[in-house]
Amino acid sequence: MTPAIELTNVTKIYRRFGGKQFATLKSALLQRSILRDLSPSETFPALRGVSFQVPPGQTIGVIGRNGSGKSTALKLVAGITKPTSGTVKVQGRISALIELGAGFHPEISGRENVYINGIMLGLSRREIQRRFDEIVEFAELKEFIDEPVKNYSSGMYMRLGFAVAIHVDPDVLLVDEVLAVGDEGFTHKCLDKFGEFKRRNKTILLVTHSLGLVERFCDEALWLDHGEKRAQGDPTRVIGAYMTDVERQEEQFLATTDARHKQEADESATRSEGPVDAGDTAADMTQASEGRWGSGGVEIASVTLMADDGQPTHIFHSGEAMTVALKIRAHRVVNDFVFGIGIFNAEGICVYGTNTDIEEHESDLLSGDAEIRMKIDALELVEGTYKLDVAVHKLDGAPYDYHRLLYTFRIKSRLKDVGIYRPRHRWEFDGAVKFKPLAK
Amino acid sequence: MWHNLAELLRYRGLIQSLVVRDLKARYRGSVLGFFWSFVNPLLLLTIYTFVFAYIMKNDEEATRPYPVFMFCGLLPWTWFAASLNEAAGSLISGGNLIKKVLFPAEILPIVSVLTNMVHFLLGLTILAAFMVANQHYPDWGQLFLFPVIVLVQLTFSFGLALALSALTVHFRDLKDLVANLLTFWFFATPIIYFYGSASMMPYKGYFNLNPFFHLVVAYQEVLFFHGPFGAWVGLAVMTVASVVVFLAGYWLFDRLRDSFAEVV
Repeated sequence: MTPAIELTNVTKIYRRFGGKQFATLKSALLQRSILRDLSPSETFPALRGVSFQVPPGQTIGVIGRNGSGKSTALKLVAGITKPTSGTVKVQGRISALIELGAGFHPEISGRENVYINGIMLGLSRREIQRRFDEIVEFAELKEFIDEPVKNYSSGMYMRLGFAVAIHVDPDVLLVDEVLAVGDEGFTHKCLDKFGEFKRRNKTILLVTHSLGLVERFCDEALWLDHGEKRAQGDPTRVIGAYMTDVERQEEQFLATTDARHKQEADESATRSEGPVDAGDTAADMTQASEGRWGSGGVEIASVTLMADDGQPTHIFHSGEAMTVALKIRAHRVVNDFVFGIGIFNAEGICVYGTNTDIEEHESDLLSGDAEIRMKIDALELVEGTYKLDVAVHKLDGAPYDYHRLLYTFRIKSRLKDVGIYRPRHRWEFDGAVKFKPLAK
Repeated sequence: MWHNLAELLRYRGLIQSLVVRDLKARYRGSVLGFFWSFVNPLLLLTIYTFVFAYIMKNDEEATRPYPVFMFCGLLPWTWFAASLNEAAGSLISGGNLIKKVLFPAEILPIVSVLTNMVHFLLGLTILAAFMVANQHYPDWGQLFLFPVIVLVQLTFSFGLALALSALTVHFRDLKDLVANLLTFWFFATPIIYFYGSASMMPYKGYFNLNPFFHLVVAYQEVLFFHGPFGAWVGLAVMTVASVVVFLAGYWLFDRLRDSFAEVV
């Protein structure tokens, strides 16, 4: 079977006209550079050697970070731009939902715009006549259809654009992140319409950041990264790989930010020698912003967050184990010491705080190097970014070394539950209550 | 290029709708509506008639009645100038279509030319009214040439409009340049004055270089002057030239086509 969409080794290089985009004819003439100005001076590869096929009747979700080439791929399939090299083949009539209502003229009525937009999208006048009522009903604009489009709200505008585009009855439907139009009800209607397309064995190419939609709705996912195809296949698998990659990037980002914060704190700590505001301790903790202070007798040399497998990381999944490992260096022998940690959420609320003293570990002796590990079996936090306080201080609270909000970690969760505390729980149902089985 | 040209025929329905839309949109909300199409040429006509017939005392026997003479050249010129002015900016103002919809870009300048042709054709009714009022009628036997001249001008305008619209995408100030150049061109063409008057003799050579001169003379020969049609050579040359200009304009447009979606 010939694929509905086939890209073979497609490269798209966008030409940047070297900032001469608004070049004036005069300067071009003066510098005798008309031809040079019309030839690109700088290039930017949006897609590099991408090949993929979509069999007819399949729904494929294109995912990837911003700037990964998703929209370019869609425009190439739509034929709006041409590939620099490689071939794009599409079987059948295409309708592209890239910008809704792109061809609407504000001064004329919705009715006339539907006709013109329909013709632009490849319908004949008669075909539009036949579908007109359906289009208007779908857009929920019955009373306003004879108003000039300039009086429409942006939602009405989008709905009409969507309604026309979807009623073109394409063989291949291209959708670029346009489902965010209209209210909940309209979004559902759009999804129903897509479902109908699927049942009628039409091919859909969907560009979106909504991974849930891809997982629920698509037969396959295609992951583009920096203009290259990273993976194509089962949505759950591809999305999993994509998420892992996103986490890895975030991890890198968090690690570098943490390192920078730490360095800044260290620099300010060494600048202000000795104890800094010894009295400014636990009581004022919530007011203090990130930083590092203390008398310096005992030093926290490093803080590492580790996952179950002992690998340092900054990304955890809700319910996973976490180990906070502190490398301690005591510059003199001390008998009076407490190790503490605090977890803060993005709003600065203390989610949890504890220390060895609270948990009745009586200090006895600390000298030289030591390693302290606080092991959390299951990190039951909701999704979000959290910061960590770690400290070693005297029983009366006077700090040896206090690291305030210097370490960041992120919790990922499939569920979007909310709050600051996530009790381990489950649901039980008895009697006449039934839930649908989980979608795939 | 040939393939794209053939493709263009398939879009005639769309072109037609867009011309109608532009005409509707232009007059939507204005009380006088289509009447505005005539106001500008009428105003020019009144002013020039006043200036040349009364102040300058231009008593050229050949150009009487002067308003009819002048209108024969002014109407096609207004069509020509407005077409180019609009076409020059058509790709930029229609950028949304080029970037977001699969849309043959050449339709935009073509629609500019055609919309103004509709104004031109409507303006002919005013010319007819003036002819009746002045009891000065065209050479009925030569009237069959009128559609030919219109067609030549249409082809010529298409060519220039395509080239201009494509180049303006890259050189934005071409639009202003064109507007000013057209003013100059207007006075360089014998529309408000008579090319055959004695004082014009030294400039005959320059007139021959002006493509619109040949069109205007052809219009005047058909619609105004009596006697045998005296512009056969000019019209024949312009027929060939317009086809060449059209093909050259389309070729240039086609060459630059792929850059539109990225640069607009």
